[in-house]
Amino acid sequence: MKRPARTHALWLAYVLHRVSGLGLALFLPFHFLVLGLALNDADRLDTFLTLTDNPLVKVAEFGLVFLLAVHFFGGLRLLALEFLPWPARHKTLAAGAVAVSFLISGVFFLQAV
Amino acid sequence: MLDMRLYLAQRLTALLMAPFVLIHLGVMIYAIQGGLTAAEILGRTQGSALWFLFYGGFVLAAGIHGAIGLRVIAHEWLGVPKSALPLLTWGTALGLIALGLRAVIAVTWGGA
Amino acid sequence: MTATSLTVRIQRTPATVAQADTFDVPAHEHQTVLDVVSWVQQHADPTLTYRFACRVGMCGSCAMMVNGVPRWTCRTNVNKVLRDGALDIAPLRNFPVIKDLAVDMDPFFDKWTEAEGQHHGSRSRDEAIAPVDPDSPDRAAANAGIECINCSVCYAACDTVAGNSDYLGPAALQRAWTLLNDARDTDRDGILDAVSGSGGCHNCHSMGSCTAFCPVGLDPMSAIAGLKRATMRRAWGKG
Repeated sequence: MKRPARTHALWLAYVLHRVSGLGLALFLPFHFLVLGLALNDADRLDTFLTLTDNPLVKVAEFGLVFLLAVHFFGGLRLLALEFLPWPARHKTLAAGAVAVSFLISGVFFLQAV
Repeated sequence: MLDMRLYLAQRLTALLMAPFVLIHLGVMIYAIQGGLTAAEILGRTQGSALWFLFYGGFVLAAGIHGAIGLRVIAHEWLGVPKSALPLLTWGTALGLIALGLRAVIAVTWGGA
Repeated sequence: MTATSLTVRIQRTPATVAQADTFDVPAHEHQTVLDVVSWVQQHADPTLTYRFACRVGMCGSCAMMVNGVPRWTCRTNVNKVLRDGALDIAPLRNFPVIKDLAVDMDPFFDKWTEAEGQHHGSRSRDEAIAPVDPDSPDRAAANAGIECINCSVCYAACDTVAGNSDYLGPAALQRAWTLLNDARDTDRDGILDAVSGSGGCHNCHSMGSCTAFCPVGLDPMSAIAGLKRATMRRAWGKG
């Protein structure tokens, strides 16, 4: 069975929200484990943090910040759409969420490099 | 699969996290200037009740929010049967919260 | 029109030779997808099964997947959906297939009932007709959704329906929303209970495929958002 065409803005916003949320949920345990190193062994945390000088890690960080930003603004969009009866303005909101996310993660990236 | 209770929990944790995420994003952009070191992170956070409450609340909300999100994806995309969903949701939430609180304690009380 | 014939692939169930049969159908400037399916049944293969009734977009019985998109075939001009001179026609998504292009609509209508999609009146025929203010905001909200023809295009377009077999779907929930806003309906609590269960309105992810594909131009996504607000207002004790 063919899948229906999904080339409309809101479907893309839905998938972006879901995939970014999935990415963040999978990242969280690692984030917590690394910070947990400070409990017993701050030196190992430092060794790990030197990894963040690696350009590849910087790109990955950019990706993570983007996931967080896009999930944040996508979530605000959803809350507005569901809680405030705004008709027909969600496509602009969806596009705006992506734009602002790029802005924030871009700032992060420029600071990092 | 998502009744009103879970939906409300998902939206309330989202509302709660909205300011947290903004602060977190701001701190990240500030903190990475000049590279990341353990001393710098811990110097900012250790012994601070305020950071403990901030990150503690963040972890609780994120654990619940993430677990409900994974529950939906597990059912809709992976076909995990309904009967397995409560265990998955609670297991994920408790696991995330346990790991998260351990990290929060590490950076705000810390033994190092 | 330059081409004199169309290549029409129709998915068959139970599968005959191949999973889909291909037919050459004469091309006309103005013909609908339903015309094409009917031509195949009348001139090429009388065993082809499909469903239609009114042919003017009122009865909601002829919806099919056309080149991967759910459409009301009687009001869909072939030239608007043709891809490389070809049409790919399949039974509606998210439904069990009975035969060829005819699907079993029972789940769709069962969910309509499950969502309390019937009028809950209080007056008998001996009483005066209840006055309805056509300009009230509630009536405007109800009016926005009442032209649904039950074609189930929204139900076929929805990925949440595809992933969650309990989900009531856009049409049934929009129906519940119109009744909730109907001044004459007396069972607000019953409706809100019916849409708050494990397959209820809170499963909607607002992906908007229902609104994007509704052939009548309705907006079930916003109706479902209205139900979410109404259930929450009730939970907070404000209605």
